[in-house]
Amino acid sequence: MLLGASALVQSEFGVPASLGARMSDVNGQRQNWGRLALARLRACRWLLAVAAIAVIAASAFADLSAFVAPLAIIALVAAAVVLPQPAERLAMDGAAFAEAGPLPQLSAENLAAAVTDPLIVFDRTATIIHANAAASSIFGNLAAGMSLPLKFRAPEMQVLIDEILAGSVWSRTIDHIDKLPVERVYRVSASAIGHGTGLYVLVFKDQSEARRIDRMRADFIANASHEMRTPLASIAGFIETLRGPARNDPAAREQFLQIMQNQTKRMARLIDDLLSLSRLEMKPFLRPGTRVDLREVVESVIDSLAPLAKDGALAVERDFAEGPLEAPGDRDELYQVFENLLENACKYGQAGGRVIVSIARSDKGPEPSIDVTMRDFGPGIAEEHIPRVTERFYRVEVETTRPQKGTGLGLSIVKHILTRHNARLSIESELGKGAAFTVHLPTN
Amino acid sequence: MQSLHIVSAYDEELKYLSKRIAAMGGHAERMVEQAVAALVAADAELARKVVGDDAVLDEGQREIDDKAILLIAKRQPMAKDLREIVGVIRISADLERVGDLAKNVAKRVASVADGRQPTSLFRGIEALADLALTQLKEVLDVYASRSVDTISFVRDRDDQIDAMYTSLFRELLTYMMEDPRNITSCTHLLFCAKNIERIGDHATNIAETIYYIVTGEQMPAERPKGDKTDRIVIQAEALPK
Repeated sequence: MLLGASALVQSEFGVPASLGARMSDVNGQRQNWGRLALARLRACRWLLAVAAIAVIAASAFADLSAFVAPLAIIALVAAAVVLPQPAERLAMDGAAFAEAGPLPQLSAENLAAAVTDPLIVFDRTATIIHANAAASSIFGNLAAGMSLPLKFRAPEMQVLIDEILAGSVWSRTIDHIDKLPVERVYRVSASAIGHGTGLYVLVFKDQSEARRIDRMRADFIANASHEMRTPLASIAGFIETLRGPARNDPAAREQFLQIMQNQTKRMARLIDDLLSLSRLEMKPFLRPGTRVDLREVVESVIDSLAPLAKDGALAVERDFAEGPLEAPGDRDELYQVFENLLENACKYGQAGGRVIVSIARSDKGPEPSIDVTMRDFGPGIAEEHIPRVTERFYRVEVETTRPQKGTGLGLSIVKHILTRHNARLSIESELGKGAAFTVHLPTN
Repeated sequence: MQSLHIVSAYDEELKYLSKRIAAMGGHAERMVEQAVAALVAADAELARKVVGDDAVLDEGQREIDDKAILLIAKRQPMAKDLREIVGVIRISADLERVGDLAKNVAKRVASVADGRQPTSLFRGIEALADLALTQLKEVLDVYASRSVDTISFVRDRDDQIDAMYTSLFRELLTYMMEDPRNITSCTHLLFCAKNIERIGDHATNIAETIYYIVTGEQMPAERPKGDKTDRIVIQAEALPK
């Protein structure tokens, strides 16, 4: 589709209100072509008439079969339509020459690609004509020819599309919330492009951040107040003891202060994790196009956790596939994923004496992926807990996990990052035999 | 996409049916979302809205049924068109059931709100609903794109939903045994969890219908699966003292 755009008007929400007068879709091209054919027919109508009479006369005299004459006439008309006249050809070249300014030369497709917000162009029948890269990376498959209301099914989106197509309004903006896979709030503008193109455009503006700040406060209070109460209560209890019965007992004082220090450290970690989760939820969608060398990331995670592995007398074994191991993604976020998983493997798999880190290519999933697995040989996770361990603050057994310095948020963060990467986490475990956490990162 | 017919009104009618399915789907997704949100936030107002919204889906199903049967009578469809129309009837029935299930969850909001349960239980229900909604969304996306090659993964998701439901079931039983005062709200939550799990099953049904519409073949036979709640027994001695 090579579309010419001649003007771009930025409206309030950055909507390209006009993608150009010469923009033409398949229908438009067909219309133009029909107009051209008619003009050509009109130009040589006398010539055609004479030729037709000649053919009919010839067939009458030469005793040809009845259908030869109509065939010949059809051939004549077709030839007149297809062959452009010299003058017309000149005029077409001239038009192209006159349009050679920098803006009209810009194709609408390139223009759409340069817009960083998701943008979808559709026609009268609500069929998608073009979706830019941002739209495809956020909403997935948006091939040309797909029906728009089948993809955007939310009631308010259906109303918006219907209204715009009915022509009752020229342009309209609504707020639309996408709950899954990650909650996003969009301000969606639909406008008619006009200029006889019969095309419409839909632009999504991500408003998640503003909405999130409100939500974050509520979530933070709900999560933090509950989780902070336990360490705070214990600190308050120890302060009371230190001022009362243990006032003159140096050994007890030392012990209590140590416990209080541990509790404050735990609270600090909790706040860090809650903030990092909230920050992740606020960040807009991933920028498409950046690729991460997984071998390098995993290698540096193993290096950074070497002291932890050494403390636990754990051997970290590597099992990496040959060749390049790259996947699209954000390096820092993936680093955090592997760091959390390896830290867990080291903490909970201490009894096993070793942790195996493997990277392999796989085509078992819905699309080809690279699988990174952290396998430990510790006590494992009971079957009924496996589906739930990525929930916030979910703990398998409070008594045994409390001494491990966890906040109950590590796997929630992992899951959140992976959802943003369109990746999956699978967990396999058998009690007494250890656990394997596998990250399936799609390679395209 | 569909190949064109000589009578363009026929194409229009087929298109209208799939557009109505999409609208019903969007409506059903929204009802499930809001029902679970109402349950978690104990929002009786939102719950009432969900209960009222169910009428839209009932009406949608009746309209699609009428239109589809009229279309079969009028156009005598063959092959893919026939599958498309029969499929539309089946999908709209599944979506209508999804709406009923969401309504059922919403109806229980007031009863659950009386005795507030630990937040972890609601997180579990939320996570279960997220899985079911993701499945419904993916399936309806396939209905739009017609790329059935990815559809078999819907079943993997169904396994996840079953595992999650089994885990919730166990947790709810534990709470009930700990304190009989929990029984009322936990029983309601148990039904909510069951309803959400059923939504996942309807999504799987829709996936199978779409596969049939596009390929003309039934989806390959399913391996045996299902939730394991039928075998859960919790002994009183196993409870933490």
